Amino acid sequence: MLRRLHGLPGVVLALGLTVVAVTGAVLSLQPALDRATAPMVPAGTSVAGLAAQVAARHPGISAIRQRPDGSLTVAFDDGDARGVERVDPATGTGLGPYQVSETTRVITSLHRSFLAGDAGRAAAGLGALAMLALSVSGTLLLARRLGGAGALLRPIRGTPAQRWHGELGRLAVAGLVLSSLTGLWMSAGTFGFIPEAQGITSPVTASGGAPAPVGTLAALRSAPLAELRELSFPDPADPTDVFTLRTAAGETRIDAATGAALAFAPATTLEQINDLVRTLHTGRGAWLLGLLLGLASAAVPVLGATGIMLWARRRAARPRVAANAPARGADTVILVGSEGNSTWGFAGTLHAALTAAGHRVHIAAMNDVGTAHLAADRLLILTATYGEGYAPASAKSFLSRLARLPGRLPGRPPVAVLGFGDRNFPHFCRFAQEVADALETKGCPRLLPMKRVDRRSSQEFAQWGQDLGAVLGHDLTLSHVAEPPKTVPLMLAGRELYGEAVGTPVAILRFEAPRDPRTGAPGRLPSFEAGDLVGIVPPGDTMPRFYSLASSTRDGVLEICVRLREGGLCSTFLHALAPGGAINAFIRENPAFRPTEGRTPLILIGAGAGIGPLAGFVRANAAGRPMHLYWGGRSAASDFLYEHELAQHLAERRLTSLKTAFSRDVEGGAYVQDRIAADAPRLRELLKQGAQILVCGGRDMAEAVTRALEPVVRPLGLDLATLKSCGRYVEDVY
Amino acid sequence: MKFVLPAVAATAALVAPTLAEARQVTFETALKRYGGNGAYVVLYVTDAAGAYKGTLWMAGGKAKYYRHLSDWQRASGGRATEIDGITGASIGSGKTLKITLDLADAMIDAGYKVHVDTSVEDGMDNPSEVVVPLAATASGKPFAGKGYVKSLTVTF
Repeated sequence: MLRRLHGLPGVVLALGLTVVAVTGAVLSLQPALDRATAPMVPAGTSVAGLAAQVAARHPGISAIRQRPDGSLTVAFDDGDARGVERVDPATGTGLGPYQVSETTRVITSLHRSFLAGDAGRAAAGLGALAMLALSVSGTLLLARRLGGAGALLRPIRGTPAQRWHGELGRLAVAGLVLSSLTGLWMSAGTFGFIPEAQGITSPVTASGGAPAPVGTLAALRSAPLAELRELSFPDPADPTDVFTLRTAAGETRIDAATGAALAFAPATTLEQINDLVRTLHTGRGAWLLGLLLGLASAAVPVLGATGIMLWARRRAARPRVAANAPARGADTVILVGSEGNSTWGFAGTLHAALTAAGHRVHIAAMNDVGTAHLAADRLLILTATYGEGYAPASAKSFLSRLARLPGRLPGRPPVAVLGFGDRNFPHFCRFAQEVADALETKGCPRLLPMKRVDRRSSQEFAQWGQDLGAVLGHDLTLSHVAEPPKTVPLMLAGRELYGEAVGTPVAILRFEAPRDPRTGAPGRLPSFEAGDLVGIVPPGDTMPRFYSLASSTRDGVLEICVRLREGGLCSTFLHALAPGGAINAFIRENPAFRPTEGRTPLILIGAGAGIGPLAGFVRANAAGRPMHLYWGGRSAASDFLYEHELAQHLAERRLTSLKTAFSRDVEGGAYVQDRIAADAPRLRELLKQGAQILVCGGRDMAEAVTRALEPVVRPLGLDLATLKSCGRYVEDVY
Repeated sequence: MKFVLPAVAATAALVAPTLAEARQVTFETALKRYGGNGAYVVLYVTDAAGAYKGTLWMAGGKAKYYRHLSDWQRASGGRATEIDGITGASIGSGKTLKITLDLADAMIDAGYKVHVDTSVEDGMDNPSEVVVPLAATASGKPFAGKGYVKSLTVTF
């Protein structure tokens, strides 16, 4: 619902809102420029003083006004000359004619009414309402995505368009809400929904005496010039007419002969609100606020463009399922829980592969679940998890619908649940787990144990396909790439091989950007940090494999550690690559797996090739922040990756301590988790100082580390889940 | 472009009770090319003694700006009933407002005068910037204004 409110209307309104926002941003510069150029009103000057100075030059003044930007103007009709002139507030001398430039006037009209009169004014008012709705719904969507209102400031993950949209949106939202609320108020005023102040309504008659010089009038002498809004002069042809003085305090009628205040109407609360709203909206009289609001408005075109990109991408990701079998009579039913449609893409691939294998397959959104679906031979559920473990859009009502189905499901089909999520979130695939549990409670047997797919991993999806094929008794090849990435070519510049002697060959590979073929200039690496991922597409394949980066762009090389896996297409390719050989690669940011800012200690834990990003963190630690590395290999003699570099880092204090464990060493082999358990008191001390733990390596190692760490942290009143949720325990696990 | 309003109901006091005693009068107010936002323009009538008799047309819809039409405001009291049903859009730079209505014969050559007040945002307020007598001798002659009005022509 929220997404529907935010998405399509945003796309439709993007152009109009861009016009209002860009013109608003341009206008926001005016108050700052005015402040820089308009002379200041000196303290202690009275309205009478200035009026007398101006009256000495102009016999026929009709009004003196202080504009909201602080400049003073006088409208005069001296018979031979008439016009509006700017006036120096200190001396009353003329500063040339007051003229709003044609450009400013057109931009203002565009901003207020799209140059289309009252219809345009109404459209601009509705635009303000729409901006308000988009700001609020966008904030709610972002909060939901990041895991609740308290998480709004967390780093935003995703594609560049998603990040720009989210980052700019949350920076600008306060300004946009203020601008649209005040704009709405002003629009309501324009259309008469907010009553206008009446001022003095009772007739006021002058004494009729001969007019005294304006500088001598008592009521004007006591009015400070700084508070002046407008002083209109009496009609010289009408002896009963009076001065009307308007200030922030209210409206006063003043006798031209006696200088006495004949009537006073104080400014109403509503008028004061109107003034405040006008100041907040235009920034006139509050130039700094004006500039900030202008900056927020300037974000609107970018928000519009990225929003349209995101919307189009979501639409494009919606699968066009060919030959969807009817629910009745289908042997296999696929139910999909998707927020941004990417899970639909995986489901579409699964549908096609199963259909090709001869199944009658029906695919539907999880929200549509009904008894017909549960009469199939098997039920396959593919679902994402949204934010802090919530159901995604197309599965919002699944659990409640399932609960309302009859206690005993008609067929109780065997179920396989495949969860999609991001391992960096504390509630990785929690909704998928809830679905699996709910179906188990309903008595559905398990076709396959629930599996989790991390960050749309094509490999994990393909692996699950093999498992499913094995259960179904036929081959099932699922080849799905979520978004074909744009790759850049890189060249192998150097390699070091370790671990051959112990049967686990691990290569440290360093790549460089190829030189420009024409100029021979050094190529440019894409932008990345240690801990980010590089996706490499092996030749003859479409599915990228991901490796954690051991270097950052600043190092001038792209460095990874690759363990040779038996039958592994990509690792075999990389290990066979000769210097000068080329790969196609792309970067996927991994901002969750990064040291926190500051100088609190870091505990780095890894095994095997998992040392890559950890070594990268150490290498970048020129500031000498306390870093403690725990690493496990097989043999000190054979696969001690980065041995010499780490020794140098220790000497240079980039690395504070190093504990290694080698499982195959003759004298009492040990694993990294053993070192952790043995070091419990020291680790507790570091955690008390606020240390962050970063773990990189295989899944088995990570689980063993978790088991070893739980008893370490428990005496501190902590647990890993808590540390995880506040980013003090992060993993990069494969 | 001209704003043509073929039959206009002016304030009741001015409109002839029956057509037999009435004459069709055309008021054509041409504005200068002053190059600003639309001008608020009000046409109203005073009698031989200078007393306000009624409003013919108010060009400009937002009441909060009417105080800038200061002569009209003072003469009429600025009451909404004075312009009920005879209000239109403000008049753009260089445009012409043309209104036609039936006035009682008795008002012609009897000292009545048509006043025009104008005002433009960020510009001048021009109370009674042009005043034309409702007299046979003035019919069809353009009178220049001192503010935004290039000419006011009253024809009957």
